Formats: sequence, structure tokens, C-alpha cells
Amino acid sequence: MSSSWGKQDVAAIIVALVLMWSMPSLISTYTLTVLIIYGMLGLSLGLIWGFGGILCFGQAAFFGLGAYTYAIAAINMGESTIPMFLAVIVPALFAAFLGVMMFYGRLTDVYLGVITLVVTLILFKFVNSTAGPQYVIGEARLGGFNGIPGFHTLNIPGQPEAYIWGDALYYVCAAALLFLYFFVTWLLRTSFGRIAVGIRENETRVSLMGYDVRARKTILFSIGAAIAGLAGAFFANWSEIVTPGLFSLGQSAEIIIWCIVGGLGTRFGPIIGAASLAYLKFLLGQQSLIDNTLITGIILVLFVLFLPKGIVPAVSSLLKISFGRRAIRKFGNRRTSRRVGKING
Amino acid sequence: MDLSFVILVEIFYAIASLALISAGLAVVFGMMKVINLAHGEFMMMGGYATITAVNLGINVFVAMLIVAPLIVGVIGLVVERLVIRHLYGRLVDTMLATWGLSLFFIGMATMIFGNTTTSITTPITGFAVGNYQINGYNFFIIFVSVALMISMYVLLKTTRLGLIARGTMQRSDIAAALGYSPDRIYMATFFCGSALSGLAGAILAPLVGLVPTSGGAYIAKAFITVIAGGPSLITGLISSSGLFGVVNQIFTFGISPVFGEMALLVIAVLLLRLLPEGVTGKFFKGKM
Repeated sequence: MSSSWGKQDVAAIIVALVLMWSMPSLISTYTLTVLIIYGMLGLSLGLIWGFGGILCFGQAAFFGLGAYTYAIAAINMGESTIPMFLAVIVPALFAAFLGVMMFYGRLTDVYLGVITLVVTLILFKFVNSTAGPQYVIGEARLGGFNGIPGFHTLNIPGQPEAYIWGDALYYVCAAALLFLYFFVTWLLRTSFGRIAVGIRENETRVSLMGYDVRARKTILFSIGAAIAGLAGAFFANWSEIVTPGLFSLGQSAEIIIWCIVGGLGTRFGPIIGAASLAYLKFLLGQQSLIDNTLITGIILVLFVLFLPKGIVPAVSSLLKISFGRRAIRKFGNRRTSRRVGKING
Repeated sequence: MDLSFVILVEIFYAIASLALISAGLAVVFGMMKVINLAHGEFMMMGGYATITAVNLGINVFVAMLIVAPLIVGVIGLVVERLVIRHLYGRLVDTMLATWGLSLFFIGMATMIFGNTTTSITTPITGFAVGNYQINGYNFFIIFVSVALMISMYVLLKTTRLGLIARGTMQRSDIAAALGYSPDRIYMATFFCGSALSGLAGAILAPLVGLVPTSGGAYIAKAFITVIAGGPSLITGLISSSGLFGVVNQIFTFGISPVFGEMALLVIAVLLLRLLPEGVTGKFFKGKM
């Protein structure tokens, strides 16, 4: 398949650029920006769950941590370049710490889910209870339930007065997503990425081959957290306020739903899933006939029951069948449908 | 002296309410290895069923102990037939599907009851111990929880039904070979689990203002209590809720309720790290 990689990448870039220029005429850039940010967040979980087999119920923890790190650092520094870096590094370090604790204890599946869920809850409860004036980091008050408003938003590096907002923020986010997409693509083509997929397929076999599964999972986990943290920092810039709601279980649930609906084991799926579901939610929010949560719930149940692989794999296999060039049946003996995915989907 | 009595009651109350919250989830998880993330919403529906029944003029204890479990049990039955039946043996998929169901029920409740707080008054009045006021309803919760644990134990240990259930729990294929349909047993188990969730929600309903998203407050606690309890159903439930209840109350009285909750969660993480099979995976092996 190695010969088709170049072609796929060129196609991805062209599609991305066309979308980037054409979408603002359909949807306002303000809405588009948040869709792109959610796309990044979807990609982060898509990487660690779809390719690493690590089901993290607490991706929102890293998202929120990134947003809070950015807000606190931006208040203290009065500019945005270093806070952006911190917003990537802090969640990554936190994830590395958590990963060492979990993976070196050889926890798997449900237990991993419980621990990530519980850690998200701890953060949520902690941040929620920091309303008092004694909770201060530098000049930034954590503000408890009300969150932190009024921090310095994104500026051109070195020029604290030149803010990036509105349309410019949209293009920055779009470029960042494109960069992350190719970063993930590159990562998955390195031996590290290939072994990560191997670990997803059969952990014991890979560790018997002499690879340190625990260290590799930890690293992959913190890369995912770093991407989520970056998405969080962009989100903070977009909404101009960070609240404890970023850490909530509902947020974590949504990220998982995006990945399922879009398609696990693909890079494109979670982005599509995130953007389309978030837009659907936005549209549904404008009507009051049917409750929003109800529809999200129905979508998740229906996808788990009828389309457990998600949209992107289903559509791409449909295309393959109808154009018939490579209509070879895919490998038979995969362990579960949930974990199936190609490296270059 | 008075204070220590109050603290003792509060500790027992914390343990009892944890056990009560987790019982429904434990039955479903222990028997069928299905993690029902809609558990919190089942409790929420139990609460709404109670409040609606009381408003229709039914006695509050009848509403709590009979009406709510039946209604939620039937809802659980429908859910099992329509969704969960197709996903047995796929742990992660059932978790996701039940998560979807939980969102569905939240939306449903919001549409029916509105996004406002509803509540009923506590049917048992409090009394004073020295300078402190104790909520009399706490004793009712402790009583129900103990009665529930004992009746579950008796049911599983001494009746033929319990024997079949335990057999299916251990080896469903052998149970099937002996002529008992696992499908039916799972169906009945899910009914019982949902009814227990409904019961828990109903009993806790007078203590909290009920909103459609109330379930979220319970699910995480129930989830970690069940997982930390490990494979043995009743022993696991009692030991983990005992541990978490004590830790929670010590930190609640020592520092603040928020720290109590956080201490519970931190202990849960540490416990899972040290004993990933749960408490009863290491101790009390082979007990019920």
C-alpha cells in the first residue's frame, strides 16, 4: 500500500484547503471555529482509542486542563505564546503520570475506563469548589463554578497587542487541525505507530516480541492528551471563558460518541464525527420541539447497534464495493468489530 | 458523646446509601458482566415515579417500595429486549449503548417533567440528640439497605431460583446445557437490577431535589463501588461501600463535604491500582 500514501496525502490536503476556503460561505466562521476545535478533540481520542486501543473515559480532563492552563498562564503572562505551549505540555505530563500509574499496573479495559472517569470527576469537583479567594495561582483566581473570564486571548507571537480573533482565529485553528492531522498520519507510519496498532490488536504478542508495551502506551496516551490540551487552549480562546463544565462527564461522553459515529481506527472519522455531531447539536439547539440530549442518545444507541464501525469505514467500504477496484474482503479474524480499523483509513 | 453518636450514624448512613445506590448495578454487572451506565437514570426515573405516584394520592411508602421498582423494572425489561440483548459479551459496546440510553432518558425526562426541580417532603421527621439534629429518614435508609442485603443473600443462597442464577453467573453454557435458558435468566436479572435501581432512586428521592440530570450524581459512585467490590456480589458490595463510606465521612467531618467526595474518588483510584480485581478478587474469595 505504500505507493498510495502520497496520493492520499495530496488528496487530503486539497480537500482540506477547499473545505477551509469554501465552508465560511455556508456556516459562520464563529461556529466553524468551534467545530474545528471539536475535530481536534475527536482526533485526540481517535488516536489513542482507535489506534492504541486505550478507551479513555476522561479525554475531557485533558481538554479542560489545557483550557485552564492556558487561561491561568495567559492572565499571569499577559501574552499567549508561552501559555499555548504550556497548555500542551501540562496535560501531556499529567497524562504521562496517569499513564505510568495505570499501564505499569497492567490495568485494562473497564478498569482503565473507571480510573480515567474518576480522575475527570476529581478534577471537576475540585475546580468546581475553588470559588473562594484563597484559590489563586499567580494573579489568576480559579473562580470555582463561575470559571475564569477575561484572560489574554491569542496574539501574534511577540506582539501581545495584535490579537488573533474572528476569521483569523478560524484560519489558525483550521491550519492547526491540518497540521495535527498530518502529525498523526506521520506518527502512525513510524515504527512507533505501527507497534501501537500491534498493541491494540494483541498486547501479549507484542510484549513477547520484546517491545515495552507499558512505556509505549504511556507515550501514546500523553500524545493524545497533548492534542486534547491544544484543542482546549483553542477552545479557551474561542469562548473567552473557561468553566468547570469542560471537565464534565457529558463532555467526555460526547467525545466518545464522536469517535464511534465517525469511525474508530480512522484518522478522518473522529474529525468528521465531531464536526457533524456538534453542528447537528447546534442546529437542534435552535428548535425546542425535541430535546437535544434525547437525539444524541438515540444516535449513540443506533450506531452501536447497527453501524458499530462508524460512518467513514462504512462509506469507504461502500465506495470500494461500488467502484470495485479493490473489492477484496477484508481480513476475517479480527477480535472485535470495535477495534477494527486500517492504518491509513 | 453526642457528636460521636451523630458521626457514627452518618458513617452508617453513608455506607448504607452507597450499598443501596450500587445494588442494582452490582446485580447486573455481577450476573451478566454488563455495565449499565444508564443506572443513574434508572434511579432518576424511580424518583420521578415516586413523586408522580405520591402526587396522585398513593401512600408514600407504597410508592417508594412497590410502585417505583415495578415501573423502572418494566422499563428495564423493555430496554433489555430492545437493545442490551443484542450486545451480550461485548463489554465496551454495552457501556456505550447504555450511555446512549442514559442520554435518551435524560432527554425524555426533560421533555415530560421539564428542567425544574421537583421534590416531596421526607416522610419521617428528625429528632434531636443533645445539641445536634438527626434526620430520622437516615435510619430508614440504613434499615432498607440492611434488609436488602439480607434478602439478596437469602434469595441467592437458599432458593432454587438463586441457585440457577448463581450457576448461570459462573458458567452460562453449562446452565444452558442443563435446560435453563440463559436468555430468560438474563432478562429476569436485568428486570431485578432495574427494579433495584428504581428502588434506590425512589428511597433517595425525598432527600434530593430531583432534576432530569440527577442520575449523573450517582452513576460514578455506583460504578466505582461495584468495580472496587470485585467479583463477589454481596461481600464485594458491602466491603467496598464500607470502605468508601468511612473514608468519605471522615474527610467530610474533618475538612469539608467536597473533600469527602474527592477522598472517596482518590481512594478508589488507589484501590483499583493496587487491587485491579477488586477487593473480593483478593480477599474473601469464593464468597457470595
